[in-house]
Amino acid sequence: MPNIVFVHPDGAREELEIAEGTSLMQGATAQGIDGIVAECGGNCMCATCHVYVEPSQLALLPAMSEEEDALLDGTASERQPNSRLSCQISVTPALDGLLVNLPERQV
Amino acid sequence: MSIARTVPGSRAPASDVDPFSIEFFEDPHRIHGELREAGPVVWLSRYRVHAVARYAEVHAVLNDWRTFCSSRGVGMDDYATGKPWRPRSLVLETDPPEHDRARAVLNKVLSPAAMKRLREGFTAAAERKVDELLERGSFDAIPDLAEAYPLSVFPDALGMPQEGREHVLPYAAVVFNSFGPDNDLRREALADAAPHMAWVAESCQRGSLAPGGFGAGIHAATDTGEITPEEAPLLVRSLFSAGVDTTVNGIGAAVYCLARFPDQWRKLRAEPSLARAAFEEAVRFESPVQTFFRTTTRPVEIGGVEVGEGEKVLMFLGAANRDPRRWERPDEYDIARRTSGHVGFGSGVHMCVGQLLARLEGEVLLGAMARKIDSIEITGPVRRRYNNTLRGLASLPITVEA
Repeated sequence: MPNIVFVHPDGAREELEIAEGTSLMQGATAQGIDGIVAECGGNCMCATCHVYVEPSQLALLPAMSEEEDALLDGTASERQPNSRLSCQISVTPALDGLLVNLPERQV
Repeated sequence: MSIARTVPGSRAPASDVDPFSIEFFEDPHRIHGELREAGPVVWLSRYRVHAVARYAEVHAVLNDWRTFCSSRGVGMDDYATGKPWRPRSLVLETDPPEHDRARAVLNKVLSPAAMKRLREGFTAAAERKVDELLERGSFDAIPDLAEAYPLSVFPDALGMPQEGREHVLPYAAVVFNSFGPDNDLRREALADAAPHMAWVAESCQRGSLAPGGFGAGIHAATDTGEITPEEAPLLVRSLFSAGVDTTVNGIGAAVYCLARFPDQWRKLRAEPSLARAAFEEAVRFESPVQTFFRTTTRPVEIGGVEVGEGEKVLMFLGAANRDPRRWERPDEYDIARRTSGHVGFGSGVHMCVGQLLARLEGEVLLGAMARKIDSIEITGPVRRRYNNTLRGLASLPITVEA
């Protein structure tokens, strides 16, 4: 299974194996990662599964929908060019080794 | 309740329970459990509809709009065979792609960015309300808090006319009763509905709505061609229907939980930043919106049972939110729980468009309570309010101390 690295705001790293076809959000919350809230449960409606993706890996990700783009304008921690919603990133073999930074706040 | 093995009309286990009866409303949990245990899908013989009560099936039905459509109504009435009691909702009672165009307008008006702009004012209103109630000490937490707080912020945020706001809660009660069967609750609600409907229809017009509110924002979408001028008032109506009674019952549920479970209240007192989680867990635990229907667009198998085309399927959201297959200690109210994935706001394309607003109201109100109130005690008889869809209280007498 692809390995995904989550880096907390204090620098702590957690590496998770997430099954292909599962979203980053689902994989992270199912394995009890703190820092991803996902209030809407993965429906792309709340912006509380916000992550900052390692900029050099952004191109590996699926394109952003209009809905995701609009939601990112309302994140609790400031939006950056590498901001994404983790519920919209489905894990593929190409994402093995992906590094995402968790924001200070989700709500 | 009796569960028969076989019935004409369906191969699902059958139940004669009436989930729209007063007895059921008083204590749904035991029967929810029986329905979950009976099978992945059950046949409600009294109404001749299938129903799902387990989390997995409820979630699956909510997330498959192609098979389980909303355009034939999300109540027991089938719009394919009967006329809706009011013009169809442009979001609740439509399917993609028609649905998505109207929904996008509401998404924008109720976006996370829009919520950020409301937070300060909503927080100040919550603080004032809690101060006022602390002064009184003893009060009824349903009218004086669960109703009073949303009514102090939402109508203004929407831009409702000042005159006639007393119609808001009765109108919502009609709407949510209408999703049920043709029982006394529904008949009485519809019999008295005309004045409420007339006020809401008038209030949804562009000229009636204050500038800067959600309503004006929806009408502004006609200028860009996202929706037509004929559609705008109907879309505004969705906020009148679903914007108040839902949060009233959500907040009422949270206050009732915190008054009943002192250990959770103490936890919230110690850490007021848990307010948002305490509200969310109350939505899971009590499920203020208990049920919705879908209609099948094709023959489909649910849990090994064939359900034909054009059949109503009832989803028990409250039962799914306490399904032990999905939740640990489902019958415990635990504000530290990971609630992500609960279906109290639905799921899929029709998931509650006002969920962020509901959470904002719940969070700032419970946060103000946690910072200012030391103890909550229930001091009188707790009375339930009966509605075919909504679960909540009519009266919750409490005493609070600073």
